[in-house]
Amino acid sequence: MTNKLITPTRRTVLTGMAAGGALLATGLTPRFAQAQSSEPIKLGFQLHRTGIGAAYGRWYERTATAALKVVNDAGGINGRPVEILFEDDGTDPARGAEVFGKLATQSNCDLVFGALFSHVVIGTAPRAAELKVPYLVCSEGHHVASGMLNRWTLQPGITDVKSQVQGMAPFVTQNLGKKVAMIFPDFAFGHDHRDYFSAAVAAQGGEVIAQIAIPPTETTFTRYFPQIPAETEVIYHVMVGPAVLTFVKELGEFYGTGARPQLFGFMDSLEAVDIASPGLEFLDGSHFWEAHPRYKQADASEAETFYRTAVGVDDNGAAANDPADVATYSHMFSTWETLFIIKAAMEASGYQGAADRQKFVEALEAMTDFAEGAEHPQGAKTFNGKTHQAFGIQSISKVEGGKLVRVHQTTLEDGQYPDEVDYTTQSF
Amino acid sequence: MQLGSIFLLALLEGLVSASVLALTACGLSLVFGIMRVVNVAHGEFFMLGAVLAWFTASLMPGPPALTFVAALVICPLIVGAVAALADMLVLKRLNYEPEATIVATIGLLYILQQGALTVFGPNALPVPAPLDFRLQFPGFGYSGYKIAVILAAVLLLLGLWLILTRTRIGLVMRATQIDRATARAFGINVDRVYAGVFAMGAGLAAIAAVLIVPIQQAHYLMGADPLLLSFSVVIIGGLGSLRGTVVAALLIGMVDQMIPIFMPVVFPAYGAWFTPTLAKIIATLVVALVLVFRPQGLFGKRMA
Repeated sequence: MTNKLITPTRRTVLTGMAAGGALLATGLTPRFAQAQSSEPIKLGFQLHRTGIGAAYGRWYERTATAALKVVNDAGGINGRPVEILFEDDGTDPARGAEVFGKLATQSNCDLVFGALFSHVVIGTAPRAAELKVPYLVCSEGHHVASGMLNRWTLQPGITDVKSQVQGMAPFVTQNLGKKVAMIFPDFAFGHDHRDYFSAAVAAQGGEVIAQIAIPPTETTFTRYFPQIPAETEVIYHVMVGPAVLTFVKELGEFYGTGARPQLFGFMDSLEAVDIASPGLEFLDGSHFWEAHPRYKQADASEAETFYRTAVGVDDNGAAANDPADVATYSHMFSTWETLFIIKAAMEASGYQGAADRQKFVEALEAMTDFAEGAEHPQGAKTFNGKTHQAFGIQSISKVEGGKLVRVHQTTLEDGQYPDEVDYTTQSF
Repeated sequence: MQLGSIFLLALLEGLVSASVLALTACGLSLVFGIMRVVNVAHGEFFMLGAVLAWFTASLMPGPPALTFVAALVICPLIVGAVAALADMLVLKRLNYEPEATIVATIGLLYILQQGALTVFGPNALPVPAPLDFRLQFPGFGYSGYKIAVILAAVLLLLGLWLILTRTRIGLVMRATQIDRATARAFGINVDRVYAGVFAMGAGLAAIAAVLIVPIQQAHYLMGADPLLLSFSVVIIGGLGSLRGTVVAALLIGMVDQMIPIFMPVVFPAYGAWFTPTLAKIIATLVVALVLVFRPQGLFGKRMA
């Protein structure tokens, strides 16, 4: 027996070689042992593919995929190819936290981004801090800048609601009316609208005379409308979820041919809905907030045209190959811009792997502004590293002949407010 | 708005709610009354009807009125066929044991819901209304189609009552309900009656869904609410009693709309309290009270 160990026979040598070869072929040994940095960078994407956020999810996936192609065609990040792993969270907070854990620990993603719905973001952020994995949200909620979340959660790709409504309130009170009735979804995102728009209107000498909260899973809306006071001058509406079309249709039915207040809507009430749908004719002449105008405007920049084509959206804001498939244009740019910010922060921090996650967050916190261009087609933004929040310009559009035409644009200064938190003083 | 206008609006909205609910709940009540099966998947048959209505309307050429009528005929038939298949493949093999059928229909719920998600996707699917006119009342406008829904539901319920009381099919169904073994001894094919009843119950949910879908759009998660409300209705009305189901549907439908519409006007200082959620809480509380004090329901007969 010992003899056999010392002088192996030809057969055992061949068996050993075959086994070793098989091991190499199946990839059990690390392929990039000598050059770890040539492995792709893996980004996790928390996607609302199903559930009440599905319309957004569909377009967030398309936009992020289009941005990924641009990034990889230009050589990736730090010379490494980039991959995005999309994982469905069902637009559910509990599932959101699970998906985050799966992407971070099982799929070994370098970071996770892409979530929109505020309840999912709030439900997931603590998990990001636990696992010490950067979490870049595209949510609009004020929960990042309010100090509610943590050092690992940032929102560099889209302006928060507080800043948006503060920028627009003067337009509403000066052009539409001073007595406002608000209709909003009854969860964190809607509460941001309720609190900050009411305050912003009061600061302009106006008054919010009714606040009507509607559960985001509601399917019928007529029963809420009698609560709109008769003396209302402006109805401010913002709605989310699969029933937004029903919401606007029933609002139109409710007033019918009778006199109605001015309407000022957040584009959320119409995202992924064709404005030419039967029953929406009454919207003609009403105003909408848009972060990013759905209909290509006459003065569209080159970057805007490039972005629109890359994502596959036509001049009317629908999929280039299906005019009935309307985009969530006022929100989805955030995934595009966030990906380019990830690239910039990874390159600034010399990001190599999971060990550099803290350096990545610090590099992002050090950023101050993003110039308009192919990487930021929605427009220039400032970034506040202390509050982890980006601030951009907003548009107000008017429905004219079945299309949205921009009539007002805010400035970066309009949306500024004093810091409420300094995340950079918190430990990692 | 004047008090009278608000009352009229609440009444109309309540009637729309009640009529759709009555149709859905009658299906659930029928299945329980005759088969003693608590069908947890009933809401998903409703959803399936709505999604198929979108599918039919988007595939068929022609004006909305025509495609809608086609959907109203085709969708309940398809949903009924799916239900009959489920009965023959699953429920029959469990010998209709109460506990086993509850678990089986829970399974069916997920299969139908996730199946609809896989085939038709996660988006809200709009169906154009077959009638496009608006009624202008003092103080508010109202969709003409919603009034048509109320009328259609009344006609359908009348038809259902005639089938159950005046036709041979109804006689066979009632015989099976009263005593399954004796019915079989008289040569009634009980298996076929059960499959037919399960199909009819699901078909009623599908009809209700086709009627509501031009108002609400089809969505794969829409089955939860009708299921919950239908259960409330049949428990209050008495499981298996058609008359009780209709009365309870009117009651729940009215509570569901009257509380959020009318009460904030009567008590403006407490307006924020009278939400649809409160209406659901009250409905559920009534269900609990009925279960405690009159378990057979308001119109149900005490079981032996």
